[in-house]
Amino acid sequence: MAENIVNNDIIKEENLVYKKTDLLTDKSLSYCPGCGHGTAHRLVMEVVEELNAQDQTVGIAPVGCSVLAYEFMDIDMQQAAHGRAPALATAIKRLYPEKYVFTYQGDGDLAAIGTAETIHACNRGENITIIFVNNGIYGMTGGQMAPTTLPGMRSSTSPYGREVESMGAPMKMTELVAQLPGTYFVTRQAVHTPSAVRKAKKAIKKAFENQKLKKGLSFVEIVSNCNSGWKMTPVKSNEWMVDNMFPFYPIGDIKVPEE
Amino acid sequence: MKELRLMKGNEAIAEAAIRAGVDGYFGYPITPQSEVLEYLMLEKPEERTGMVVLQAESEVAAINMVYGGAGAGKMVMTSSSSPGISLKQEGITYLAGAELPCMILNVVRGGPGLGTIQPAQSDYFQAVKGGGHGDYRLIVLAPASVQEMYDFVELSFDLAFKYRNPALILSDGAIGQMMEKVEIGEQKARLTDAQVKERCPWATTGKDDNRERNIITSLDLDPNQQEIFNEKLQAKYKVIEENEVRFEEIQTEDAEYLFVAYGTSSRICQKSIQLAREKGIKVGLFRPITLFPFPVERLKELSKKVKGILSVEMSAGQMVEDVKLAVECKVPVEHYGRMGGIIPTPGEVVEALEQKFL
Amino acid sequence: MAKVKGAIVVDIEKCKGCEVCIPACPTDVILLAEDVNGKGYHYAYMANPDACTGCANCAIVCPDGVITVYRKKVNS
Repeated sequence: MAENIVNNDIIKEENLVYKKTDLLTDKSLSYCPGCGHGTAHRLVMEVVEELNAQDQTVGIAPVGCSVLAYEFMDIDMQQAAHGRAPALATAIKRLYPEKYVFTYQGDGDLAAIGTAETIHACNRGENITIIFVNNGIYGMTGGQMAPTTLPGMRSSTSPYGREVESMGAPMKMTELVAQLPGTYFVTRQAVHTPSAVRKAKKAIKKAFENQKLKKGLSFVEIVSNCNSGWKMTPVKSNEWMVDNMFPFYPIGDIKVPEE
Repeated sequence: MKELRLMKGNEAIAEAAIRAGVDGYFGYPITPQSEVLEYLMLEKPEERTGMVVLQAESEVAAINMVYGGAGAGKMVMTSSSSPGISLKQEGITYLAGAELPCMILNVVRGGPGLGTIQPAQSDYFQAVKGGGHGDYRLIVLAPASVQEMYDFVELSFDLAFKYRNPALILSDGAIGQMMEKVEIGEQKARLTDAQVKERCPWATTGKDDNRERNIITSLDLDPNQQEIFNEKLQAKYKVIEENEVRFEEIQTEDAEYLFVAYGTSSRICQKSIQLAREKGIKVGLFRPITLFPFPVERLKELSKKVKGILSVEMSAGQMVEDVKLAVECKVPVEHYGRMGGIIPTPGEVVEALEQKFL
Repeated sequence: MAKVKGAIVVDIEKCKGCEVCIPACPTDVILLAEDVNGKGYHYAYMANPDACTGCANCAIVCPDGVITVYRKKVNS
């Protein structure tokens, strides 16, 4: 404990520059050490806090690693059947048009089993926000191949690497939904460095603020790591992500509304 | 003055939904129930009451929209026919597991598979025994007329909200498609958001400082907690069984034999009673209106007064199992049914009664 | 001359020792402790507190939100 109290003059309320948002519960996150999910959760809650919208926000948790997101986000939440989060969000938003409604989904949930719900919610231009965390693997079930697993990438169900000829090529859902007239803002971000986190937060905030404009769906992909599934240390997995995921899933805005 | 209209069963459901103050309908076309969605789209309920109507991309999406809306405390419903109801089963078990009130209409057609578009009653097991995975029950109402299609909309929502449980109206292609006179009720106002909060303090209406956050989920990774939850569900179903049984009896007072039939089959049986009595066979009809809870006690009582019971269903014999369980094999119970979309004639039913018991 | 000095407080029991904060720190303040917390993780701590500027980079990348950051102007 001693090493934490370095300077009683500095560690004072008036000198506080950063602390975890109160909209995250005190529960320890169920994610593996170094997993980007935790940072993504925090950014979403920081945005809700900044919008002063705790009482106006309903979130939808998926099936996958973030199935328990409702344990960590101190807002009203629903837990959807696998892949169906955009359908839940559609109904909630239509029944409560003034509320902020978002889904938080992984790549298996959004890009495999929930492809239809995702594409049609995007196509209808539902005024919701979709947070899509893409780590190229099914983490919760133990590291199986996902629709976003890179060519040649090993997983427990592609143990010799993803063979595109027989297993298909990875899906770029974000580019795909950007083609649909119903999406208003589509972007791809990451949360592995301080500057990436700051940009991702800006994107998430914009994606929430857009709901008030009622001009369509805002879609934020967060390319993330899965050190357990990728079988690397957290720091190594972030480096591997930069070297391998980013060339295939380039970071940046894909569809930006004209100002 | 009472307002009377000539309507299809499916249209009656749609009009009743608007008048009952339903907040949202989410559907997908399938014969023989597409008129529900068509009627709603034509009627512009968003202008009449503010009701949301949406044609979803699939039955799967539609039932999950119902989950979302119900989880937010709103009165929401969907409708489909047998193959579509099969697709909805995942959503239905999640609704039951999250204890969400809603209404689901099944205008049954013949199966299995794509089957036929003609009426059948072969989804009885699916409706009353659960349908999806896990130990759960739906409240199941079986209308036998277009008027009951209309009336059961509000009733099903009342029961669904009373018990925080999905309710299913088990109709069939005949009642969905046929036209009858319907007495239309008054327009009820939809609940305001404040009223929704009051009725459903558990719903995801937005966490304010006055309460903890609300979570709608069917997940509990702790098996001990999951068992406690299952016990709670079973206790709820028991209360429903004790309090919500509904049935109708026709000419049972002097009956020596009993037809047990619901929905379209019960209408056929009414004519069969007349034909049988003309032949001197004293038959009555016992019509379960709630299929879950099944009217076990009354049927057991009646069984003591009759020589035999014929369960008449447009299926291979599904409800007959519940009839046998109810009468505890103390009286002979037989099944008569037609399948694949065939509706039996009243004469066939009488013939079956004679063959099996006389 | 005014100088900015920072400090961090790590929620030791919630730190999972993932080390993501270490490369995020521009002044190499943080290391993992040799001790472990209740869950058996080596936790982050200020190994070089004098270098901390309170930039909050470590807290911003911390997936578990266990770092609180303070900053103060001091006269050298």
